[in-house]
Amino acid sequence: MITATAPVIEEKNYLNAEHGLKSWLLTQDHKRIALLYLMAVSVFFIVGGFFAVLIRLELATPAGDLLDSNTYNKVFTMHGVVMIFFFLIPSIPAILGNFLLPLMIGAKDLAFPRINLLSWYVYMLAGILGTTVLLTGGVDTGWTFYTPLSSTYSNGYVVLTAMAAFVAGFSSILTGLNFIVTVHRMRAPGLTWFRLPLFVWAHYATSVVMILGTPVIAVTLFLLMLERGLHIGFFDPAYGGDPVLFQHLFWFYSHPAVYIMILPSMGVISEVVSTFCTKKPFGYTFIAFSSVAIAVFGFLVWGHHLFVSSQSAYAGMVFSILTYIVAIPSAIKVFNWSATMYKGQVRLETPMLYALGFIGLFTIGGLTGLFLAAMGLNVHVTDTYFVVAHFHYVMVGGGVMGYLAGLHHWWPKMFGRMYSRTWSMVAAGLVFIGFNLTFFPQFLLGYMGMPRRYHVYPPEFQVLNVLSSAGASILALGFLIPGIYLTWSLKYGAKAPANPWGGVTLEWQTSSPPPTSNFDVTPVITNEVYDYTNQEVPHIG
Amino acid sequence: MASHTSAIEGHGQHEGSHDPNLKHHFENAEQQKETATLGMWAFLLTELMFFGGLFLAYFVYRHWYPVAFIDASNKTDVLVGAINTTVLICSSLTMALGVHYASKGNRKLLVMFLVLTLLLGGIFLGVKGYEYHDKWVHHEIPGEHFECHGCRDAGHASLFFSLYFGMTGLHASHMIIGFGVLLVLIWQAWKGKFTAKWYTPIEIFGLYWHFVDIVWIFLFPLLYLIDRVGKPLL
Repeated sequence: MITATAPVIEEKNYLNAEHGLKSWLLTQDHKRIALLYLMAVSVFFIVGGFFAVLIRLELATPAGDLLDSNTYNKVFTMHGVVMIFFFLIPSIPAILGNFLLPLMIGAKDLAFPRINLLSWYVYMLAGILGTTVLLTGGVDTGWTFYTPLSSTYSNGYVVLTAMAAFVAGFSSILTGLNFIVTVHRMRAPGLTWFRLPLFVWAHYATSVVMILGTPVIAVTLFLLMLERGLHIGFFDPAYGGDPVLFQHLFWFYSHPAVYIMILPSMGVISEVVSTFCTKKPFGYTFIAFSSVAIAVFGFLVWGHHLFVSSQSAYAGMVFSILTYIVAIPSAIKVFNWSATMYKGQVRLETPMLYALGFIGLFTIGGLTGLFLAAMGLNVHVTDTYFVVAHFHYVMVGGGVMGYLAGLHHWWPKMFGRMYSRTWSMVAAGLVFIGFNLTFFPQFLLGYMGMPRRYHVYPPEFQVLNVLSSAGASILALGFLIPGIYLTWSLKYGAKAPANPWGGVTLEWQTSSPPPTSNFDVTPVITNEVYDYTNQEVPHIG
Repeated sequence: MASHTSAIEGHGQHEGSHDPNLKHHFENAEQQKETATLGMWAFLLTELMFFGGLFLAYFVYRHWYPVAFIDASNKTDVLVGAINTTVLICSSLTMALGVHYASKGNRKLLVMFLVLTLLLGGIFLGVKGYEYHDKWVHHEIPGEHFECHGCRDAGHASLFFSLYFGMTGLHASHMIIGFGVLLVLIWQAWKGKFTAKWYTPIEIFGLYWHFVDIVWIFLFPLLYLIDRVGKPLL
């Protein structure tokens, strides 16, 4: 057992191996790059959250009293752009995936360490472009950049914002490329495909979407920039172009991008549920292949964003059916997690609380997605708060809950410290309550007909909006508290053992934090994956 | 947990005969090469999708406005385009020969063929620049001053030229990046960095260069050769 050999004195690990700013900015260690991402992504989460606060403050009253309509347009646009391109897409893959993928497959690093570092710099360049837009006046097109609003009528910095998203996309492509090649070529001896942890399967599927989908949004934004900046028309009806073509190209990426945001979370949940039930995930192969199925079918459903955009009824029917089909692999996962818990020894530690939250909220998000896939109902609720509530249940209830589950699960591994058990449980509860209070009323608002993207609304909608804003403040508190106790733990937290939760995947078999080369000796895998037969359940607290 | 894995001594960076080109996180040179090659293929898949969006736009609009596309396409200089196509195909041949001689460890012939590839790539870009200039002179660049003399559906002809510039521009930007990388590779080859045992950068750059070439093989007929039968070349 590797951990038994750990001496009492401060061990050499990736955190104390080198010191100084240069050792961080020029590092090629995937673990350090993951921490660079953690810092940058956290900053953007705060920025995006700030805009969310402004939105909820404005919507606390029916009148447009805090922000005028132009400012409000800019605020929800920047909330979307920042949260999607700078938080949700990189969060789990670039932080947890970067840190854990090589550890989980027993490799010393990702296949291309320099490209990994490059991806962070590309991300930062995109961040600087995005921040420039923020500081110089913003953009008001919505994160979807629909033409002809974006190409002709918008007053904001469309080209610069599109450039920021374009550049951020390349960061994502580089990460995906690195992950795919790493999983193919860097697995430790004996680690066959069906011995890979489900986290790795999920990231593999995510990476496929990243390298196949992201270039399409890149070229679409490239055309938008040409049209807006140089008047070289592609989508402008004045030149016979079709704005709907933009929507097709945009959603060909942006719908699969939803799976870039949710698949890694599903990978986290598979690990957390298995660990805290001390049980091999029920239907391992099904969960693994459902990730791949989501990646494949995810590319075939973009038309459900165009039900009211002059798409033919027959095309609409095909996209509607395909959307129902893509729900099947997601449902398989939910059933399998539930079956894993059934008769398992469920330990309610903080990561597991978030995982349970994920399963509940994602189920609501997914099921309301089926409502929206039905063409008749979709026409009724198109562009209402029902849609807003649906995708927040998936993106926040799924994506962010999964991110927090993963962050709490692997925090001891990443930093070698334990965080406060009590406070983390309180925060998990606040996030769950605050989230539901924020977004459940929005389902009702949308069904009653409140459109999205307006800063004023009829007074009869106020009660539900006030509930939503009240929930948002609880949610904000739920996000703030982890920021405090996690930072606190870095210095004052108890030393974490190598395997605090009793996990059986490879990353738990090296020290916490791991040494720069990950494993002192290259692991050779002789057992099946998730073999808990010899794993003791640790006592925590 | 002890029974979960057994362990062997990690090798690679600890071995006596240390290969200077072997990165620390690989076990052996073969793994490193396979990794680099797979990385390039995955990258080319990305590139395929990158160009794919433009091809889709081309097919949609050509399907909608066939007459505008025929007349606008006939304004391109097919002879110059054909010459450039030949130049690019030849550059793929010299690149392939470069890879071949790299695998034989022949430094001089490697450098020679890389330089030839560079020259042919340069000629292609120069000719492309000439064509762009020609379009500029004839007001065939979409925008305020766009004109399409003698086009039957002049209102939609600018879409063709938008796509022409979008597609050839994106292609040319790939050529320029390739040109820059070639300069570095020529310098490294001249310095004797590549051996018959290790010439991975040459090989994966070859993949890239051929890919850019293949994209042009599709662009040339789509942009230059619409409905040319029975019409004079110039």
